[in-house]
Amino acid sequence: MMLTAEEVKKIAYLARLGIDEKDVETYANDLSSILDLMTQMSETCTDDILPMAHPMDQIQRLRSDTVLESDQREHFQSIAPQIDSGFYLVPKVLD
Amino acid sequence: MHNKTITELAKDLREGKFSSVELTQSYLDRIKKHSELNCFITVAEDFAIESAKMADIKLANGDASPLTGIPIAQKDIFCTQGTKTSCGSKMLDNFISPYNATVVEKFNHSGAVMLGKLNMDEFAMGSSNETSFYGAVQNPWDTSTVPGGSSGGSASAVAAHLTAAATGTDTGGSIRQPAAFCGITGLKPSYGRVSRYGMIAFASSLDQAGPMTRSAEDAATLLQTMSGFDPKDSTSMNKPVPDYSMGLNNSLEGLKIGLPKEFFSEGLNDSVARVIETAVDEYRKMGAEIKEVSLPHMKLSIPVYYVIAPAECSANLSRFDGVRFGYRCDEPKDLNDLYIRSRGEAFGDEVKRRILMGTYALSAGYYDAYYIKAQKVRRLISEDFKQAFSEVDVLMGPVSPSTAFGLGEKTGDPIEMYLADIYTIAVNLAGLPAISIPAGFVNEKPVGLQIISNYFTEPHLLNVAHKYQQTTNWHQQTPKGFE
Repeated sequence: MMLTAEEVKKIAYLARLGIDEKDVETYANDLSSILDLMTQMSETCTDDILPMAHPMDQIQRLRSDTVLESDQREHFQSIAPQIDSGFYLVPKVLD
Repeated sequence: MHNKTITELAKDLREGKFSSVELTQSYLDRIKKHSELNCFITVAEDFAIESAKMADIKLANGDASPLTGIPIAQKDIFCTQGTKTSCGSKMLDNFISPYNATVVEKFNHSGAVMLGKLNMDEFAMGSSNETSFYGAVQNPWDTSTVPGGSSGGSASAVAAHLTAAATGTDTGGSIRQPAAFCGITGLKPSYGRVSRYGMIAFASSLDQAGPMTRSAEDAATLLQTMSGFDPKDSTSMNKPVPDYSMGLNNSLEGLKIGLPKEFFSEGLNDSVARVIETAVDEYRKMGAEIKEVSLPHMKLSIPVYYVIAPAECSANLSRFDGVRFGYRCDEPKDLNDLYIRSRGEAFGDEVKRRILMGTYALSAGYYDAYYIKAQKVRRLISEDFKQAFSEVDVLMGPVSPSTAFGLGEKTGDPIEMYLADIYTIAVNLAGLPAISIPAGFVNEKPVGLQIISNYFTEPHLLNVAHKYQQTTNWHQQTPKGFE
């Protein structure tokens, strides 16, 4: 299976991942080779097999809804690229 | 003092032969002397000396645990409060974690001294340590070869005696393969045994932390500290932690060893195969019974892994968006530009390739064909192991088809690099524990023997590894120039 340059660009946009124009073809080739590897799976019948998401098939544990943590906003925001009045700053979203 | 095992060091510290400060300083000096290996991303000199002073007080008061005062180093994937945690990436080059990983907390509590943070493949994606933003790491056995990856800095540092022990993480072989390439002992525990809290996630259903040491005995000591249920990790298993050192010397008489025939088929280097066969013979002499078994779906572990791991990675790495922490591009023109350029400028090539692959596999129209299909085949691979463990106690085979390859030798072809993970990946997919121990050399390069055991049988796995290390001395070899 061969991915086109356009498909690679579309995937990159879905992932919000900047890739250089000059690298698009290399990524297309690499991803196509990896997809070729994947086709080996289709030769195996998995009709009545349950998908395995967790090695121990453990069910997601729940905890009681009680407050365990104290507010550490300033502590966590001390490593943010840009903040103002306790908010994370990003470029303007609405005009 | 840098040639000793943790057990020996702990004894010497208690007998006052040297202090933890002296021991720590001697390792810090060695790290500086051998900086060309590029094992460390951050050396935490002041922090280490302060911790060593505190350890000496504990030792003097008789208030010490087996790791008190022992210098160790953390793979730079574990969050350490106050010390940079880069995960080998430009994305986190400026990241000082506001909290500690559970593993780090446990080591701090034990009184171990952290020397610093170890180099690794970027976000643990790689098998050679060459994808690190901080440059490749050299293998002390032959500095023109790779140390393996992704825990390459850990393996190289332990082999060169720059630390008494190190931590690693293993998603598809990232503890075992570098341990094999560098001639050290590396244990990947059962999935859920060691907390993943504060360990930067790559593929959450596969990632597991473990010890990288000079012997199985040392691995038992480290695992004792690292293991245990953690309510902060939703995949942590609530099972009691056994004593990992107690059964190390148990007899192996009647041990049933399975050799999966798929581990010895085409692609395996002949000389490596002979080393593994000799190691298996050693077990035969100890009274073990050897039997051929089969893992018929093992060959599919590579395609399955390269769907599941990138899919989970693309989801996990979406948190790196330039908004709350980590790298942010200059002068973004809008929010999309902020995301796209921050991620594009700060992620390396291999990480981008896997994010793209994972995004594709999870995208509308392909989810069932790739991700669900891979999860189904994953169950078949896991069932193969269940069948094998109904016949034998442990499985043995090589860790890698070859010894350490040359720096730059495989960087041009990502697929070739992926294929070399064939013997380690299936273990992660099944979530089993496995260990790599030094078993000999080919052209003066170390070869690792892989031993795989059933879920949560780490005490038995360590026993099997330790007994071999009682009758052989491969694990005591030191690379030339690092004595």
